[in-house]
Amino acid sequence: MDYSMQDLMAIFAMQGFAGLSFFSVLLLMALGLAIIFGQMRVINMAHGEFMVIGAYTTYVVSEVMGGWGSWGAEYYILFAIPLAFLVAFLVGMVVEVLMIRHLYHRPLDTLLATWGLALIMQQVFRSVFGAREVSPSTPSWLDGAWTPTPMIYIPLNGLFIMGLTLVVTLGVVWLMYRSRWGLRVRSTMASREMSAAVGINTRWVDRLTFALGCGVAGIAGAAFTMISSTGPTSGTLYIVDTFLVVVFGGAGSISGTVVSAFLIAQGQSILEFFLGSSMAKVLTLLVIIGILMLRPEGLFKSKVRR
Amino acid sequence: MFEVTGLRSGYGQSEVIKSLDLTVGDNETLAIMGRNGMGKTTLFKTLVGLIEARDGKIALNGEELTKEPTHKRVASGLAYVPQGRMIFPSLTVLENISTGLETVKSKRIPHDIFDLFPVLHDMRHRKGGNLSGGQQQQLAIARALVSNPEVLLLDEPTEGIQPSIIKDIAKTLNDISEMRKITIVVSEQILSFTMEIADRLMVIESGKIVYEAPRSECDEQTISDFLSV
Repeated sequence: MDYSMQDLMAIFAMQGFAGLSFFSVLLLMALGLAIIFGQMRVINMAHGEFMVIGAYTTYVVSEVMGGWGSWGAEYYILFAIPLAFLVAFLVGMVVEVLMIRHLYHRPLDTLLATWGLALIMQQVFRSVFGAREVSPSTPSWLDGAWTPTPMIYIPLNGLFIMGLTLVVTLGVVWLMYRSRWGLRVRSTMASREMSAAVGINTRWVDRLTFALGCGVAGIAGAAFTMISSTGPTSGTLYIVDTFLVVVFGGAGSISGTVVSAFLIAQGQSILEFFLGSSMAKVLTLLVIIGILMLRPEGLFKSKVRR
Repeated sequence: MFEVTGLRSGYGQSEVIKSLDLTVGDNETLAIMGRNGMGKTTLFKTLVGLIEARDGKIALNGEELTKEPTHKRVASGLAYVPQGRMIFPSLTVLENISTGLETVKSKRIPHDIFDLFPVLHDMRHRKGGNLSGGQQQQLAIARALVSNPEVLLLDEPTEGIQPSIIKDIAKTLNDISEMRKITIVVSEQILSFTMEIADRLMVIESGKIVYEAPRSECDEQTISDFLSV
């Protein structure tokens, strides 16, 4: 196993880039979960299924628009992304009204209830779309690669997903820290009672926060269709990693979520090449456990007295 | 006019407020004195809707608020400064004040709030959790005031605050009452503080009003006896 320096550089660049696509989907998932878990303390085990809702929405849009001729097949993704957000957002809102709002301050019950919800959603996916994995066709303008040197091959859809992630991340940061709505969310999470006492309708804040988290997971689903095919249980593959990102980053911190998603995705992707995927996972987990033992509040903790 | 009649409330099995009546006139400052555990905080939380009233009526200028959720009571003109201040520790001073603008049209912080509390302007980019107790109290009052309330409810504003700052708070409350012509209801244990600000004093004991007098006719010895254990 001798690698020349040049080989190593190319491996790092390509695995690093493969890691970046993984990072993008993981970050989109984790952003939604950081909003829901970090801010509301709701352990949403069905978060992966909201991603799958976005993925299936994308698939349906591609099928429908594909039937409209080549124009539809080329540009369906631009319509699928907002629609994936909207569908996951609305389903999230219904779930909040019917289930989650009865379970605030009961984290263990939410864990069980949302896990049950995940199973129900998986069965619904299976009944509607079948057990076989589906995959929308990639538009030709995203099918291909950028090859800066003969040894490095960077897929265009990966670049697209990264751009999408950047836009969504900036959007979430703006919403949380620059908008009136974000102020409501942050004050409600600091103190529900006191937020009501300054005139904030905290029920609506909860509802919209949960729905927004689900909507972002839906966008993650749209991105997911570009790197993998979608099946009824695709969400379960991501849920553990996503929780890992949120806890490792420091729940409630968006910058922490970004850094931790990057470290976990890159760590796994580069280690995978040399050690195989199981060993890479074991090693990443061990490192995270070690770091969390030293910093139980995650990488980024807030420094104010309470 | 802020009117409370036959109010009952409490937690679980225990009834803390037992058929309490009070009426506060416009631009009046009413102090409710009482030892710990006599029901001051429960009364205030019931008034603002954080605890549901079991019976009775709460009305502001004839509009009944008893069944309204907290945020609607705030929109109707109540503002609440809780015991222990409860500012949002992770939000900056400016953001903390902004939360108080929820029920008013303009979301821009009116600058006269910094004339009342200059220290908040100096600290405007700090996190609320990093202010001292006295500064947090000013922040909590500022946050309540920017909603342009008709009735300001203050639950033990002097608790845990050093004596020199208590005098400042008394002066500020008098300024607010004079400039804004609002009604203030304040709960307290420190008689010297209330004698500086209140038009009328009441004593609450085991959830009932047991003494009431305007400041000029107030027997300080009687109130002190109620306040001592």
